[in-house]
Amino acid sequence: MEFERLEAPYLAPTANVAGIMQQVLLALVPAAIAHVWFFGPGLVFNLVVAATACVGGEALMMRLRGRPAVSALSDYSALVTAALLAFALPSLTPWWITATAALFAIIVAKHLYGGLGFNIFNPAMAGYVAVLVAFPMQLNLWVAPRMGDIDYQFLTVLQTLKYTLTGSLPDMLTYDQVSRATPLDAMKTGLNDMRTPAEIRSLPVMGDFGGVGWEWIGNLIAIGGFWLMIRKVIRWHIPLGVGAGLLIPAGLMWLLSPGTEPSPGFHMFSGAAMLCAFFIATDPVSAAASPKGRFVYGAGIGFLIYAIRTWGADVDGVAYAVLIMNMAVPAIDRITRPRIVGHARNARAP
Amino acid sequence: MPSPAPTYDLGRLHGGLRLAAHKSASTGLPVQSPPLPAQLILPIDQHVGEPARPLVGIGEHVLRGQLLAESTGTLGAPVHASSSGKVVAIEPWPVAGRRGDPAPCIVIECDGDDRAVESRGNPVPYAELPGDEVLRRILQGGIVGLGGAVYPTAQKLMQAAAGELEYLILNGAECEPYISCDDMLMRERAGDIVSGAQILLHALGLDSACIVVESDKPDAIKQLAAAMTDAADERLVLKQVPTIYPSGGEDQLVQLVTDREVPSGGLPTDVGCLVQNVGTAAAIHDWLRDGEPLVSRITTISGDGIAQPMNVRARIGTTVAELVQFAGGYTDSARHLVIGGPMTGKSVSTDRVPLVKATNCILVLSEVPQPGPELPCIRCGECAAVCPVQLQPQQLFWYACADDERQLRSHGLTDCIECGCCDLVCPSHIPLTYDFRMAKARIRELEDEKARAERARRRFEARNERLQREQRERETELARQKETARKAGPDAIAEIMKRKQQDDGD
Repeated sequence: MEFERLEAPYLAPTANVAGIMQQVLLALVPAAIAHVWFFGPGLVFNLVVAATACVGGEALMMRLRGRPAVSALSDYSALVTAALLAFALPSLTPWWITATAALFAIIVAKHLYGGLGFNIFNPAMAGYVAVLVAFPMQLNLWVAPRMGDIDYQFLTVLQTLKYTLTGSLPDMLTYDQVSRATPLDAMKTGLNDMRTPAEIRSLPVMGDFGGVGWEWIGNLIAIGGFWLMIRKVIRWHIPLGVGAGLLIPAGLMWLLSPGTEPSPGFHMFSGAAMLCAFFIATDPVSAAASPKGRFVYGAGIGFLIYAIRTWGADVDGVAYAVLIMNMAVPAIDRITRPRIVGHARNARAP
Repeated sequence: MPSPAPTYDLGRLHGGLRLAAHKSASTGLPVQSPPLPAQLILPIDQHVGEPARPLVGIGEHVLRGQLLAESTGTLGAPVHASSSGKVVAIEPWPVAGRRGDPAPCIVIECDGDDRAVESRGNPVPYAELPGDEVLRRILQGGIVGLGGAVYPTAQKLMQAAAGELEYLILNGAECEPYISCDDMLMRERAGDIVSGAQILLHALGLDSACIVVESDKPDAIKQLAAAMTDAADERLVLKQVPTIYPSGGEDQLVQLVTDREVPSGGLPTDVGCLVQNVGTAAAIHDWLRDGEPLVSRITTISGDGIAQPMNVRARIGTTVAELVQFAGGYTDSARHLVIGGPMTGKSVSTDRVPLVKATNCILVLSEVPQPGPELPCIRCGECAAVCPVQLQPQQLFWYACADDERQLRSHGLTDCIECGCCDLVCPSHIPLTYDFRMAKARIRELEDEKARAERARRRFEARNERLQREQRERETELARQKETARKAGPDAIAEIMKRKQQDDGD
């Protein structure tokens, strides 16, 4: 009898890229629901625009590169980029800004570097920074969370959609009426005005740790992240690294000078820190390779977030922190290479 | 004074996989004995090293256990007739070798009498012989490592005996899915394994041996424990290791049992360890106690393409087709034939290949789910997490694509044991093990090329040197002639100059 020849091993692989990406998307769903509850439907519109642009950009680039577009689209990685962008951008963002960010992420940061697996920079963060630099005004427009007790003009679904499509608010409404300073903004401005963190924390936008709404989204992001860890889609090294890199300096400074420093809890639950720890920094393509390297990479991001927030001009700094550490990956990989079994303990390869 | 018995500290293995065992299918029946085949196909190259040299001619009648081909060179093993009959051909035959090419085989037409050579039944009083004499006897038995690597046992023992040896480890881990031949051997012939271990201890002058079994073989452990109690030999220790693939790899087992790492490019003997498969120990017993050289082995016939999975004790040289037929034949879904296990076995295109000393498993699989197109590596690092040698396959893959020999070396390509763990966990379905095999082959080619270039360079330099020497010799000769001419006077010089001008003019 004749048989078809194969190459060992002959057992079926246990995971696939599409499955991983789908689980990442799934893990973001609770946080997305909370986001919509607190900040209105803008996230959904952002997501639709970003997804369309990412998928379209991916298809276009694959075509230009002479490769089957289906294979790239079926791995869901473009959708993960879109989802991260949708979370990173303010919920009120005109569509052309979202689309620019998405196209920059996919075309420049991803495909010009060789496509999935070859990009040095986290595409979503590269796209976000591109529009942050190009449209700084619009990207400061964060609506206030649903709080119930403050005088605040909440936009309807249609009004949000209109803003997304046209970039203009309904008549009678001004930017000041719909937007509020984010907790990080409030903290930064407050500290610059020589107020104490305790005073700033008594503002209505502040919750128990971070801002109202934000901390719930943070909780749900963390739950999604832990679920991904249980599923072994991500490992603990990068989240722990980001946490340690952010919380240790923040905690130390807070202990030394509680009158001028926000608490570490505020840092962790504000801005994109939590999203970064579990979903952005954990993008394996642009992260370091070894477990030790990933911890170092995460810790570098965490520390840079703290440094940029405290001493920098940008209020959050997650995107810059990630992009800077992306550049450090080759060096980290070199320094943290695991010792191969059977090799001398302190041998350093050429 | 005997040194204290060594302690076996269970080391930790990096990575590895817990695989579905699929072993119970073939362990339900006791080891079966298939009928004698009509024809035996005996490759003369069943071991690592030089092929054996045939000693018999076509038409010659041979008996079971008769030497058919003797070992040549420093590394090799003899081949014996697995049954009595007539040598009908010595010709190339398809085998499940490393490259899958046909290999020279001695073909015997069996007479069905299965008559053995005279020497049978005279146990060698090994305890009275010096160790190296026992090793020489083992050499004659055609015994090779039966775990699959088929390194000639005698030479391995001699090399080990030449160094500082502390541990003898008998490998009963058998970590690869489906394979259960060692399990069945340990269940049914634990006493012979213990006896083989005692012979090895004597031959090597060691005081302690450790039989290592994976925790998923409770019956084997029970039988071995009973046999060791019967033998009342305090030198033997039984050890369980966790059921993690590839704990049965030689270097991995050393690490698990002794917490020592075999140095890169080295052998277990470099850290004072010698590993022998339990099947090899039983074969040594068969040869020295029963006078039966290695003419049969237990092999597992399993997989969802086999009607009645089982273990058989079959004659070396029986074709796979006959053994499968004995195991109820193929099921309708049989698509792939693998000689060896599902992780490291060799896929072959025909079942005409014979059972050889290395064949621990005949695996017939239905359609192996093809993982679909290979996607780019997303550097998730799962491959590095499972690599038992702690390589970074994702980085190696990168350098393999770039054909960067220097980085491949420095990232330990040659340390890859090709266990296949990384392939299984890769979400991009990259055939990493295959790519690494290819990269290794390219590096070997490069080395060959370098060696050739080096030889060519040396030849070129030698030629240049020779030309220069000849030039120098000519100049010396010319100077000597000039000197003579000068002494002969100005006329002679003028004559020479004139001749030279004529020469230059030409």
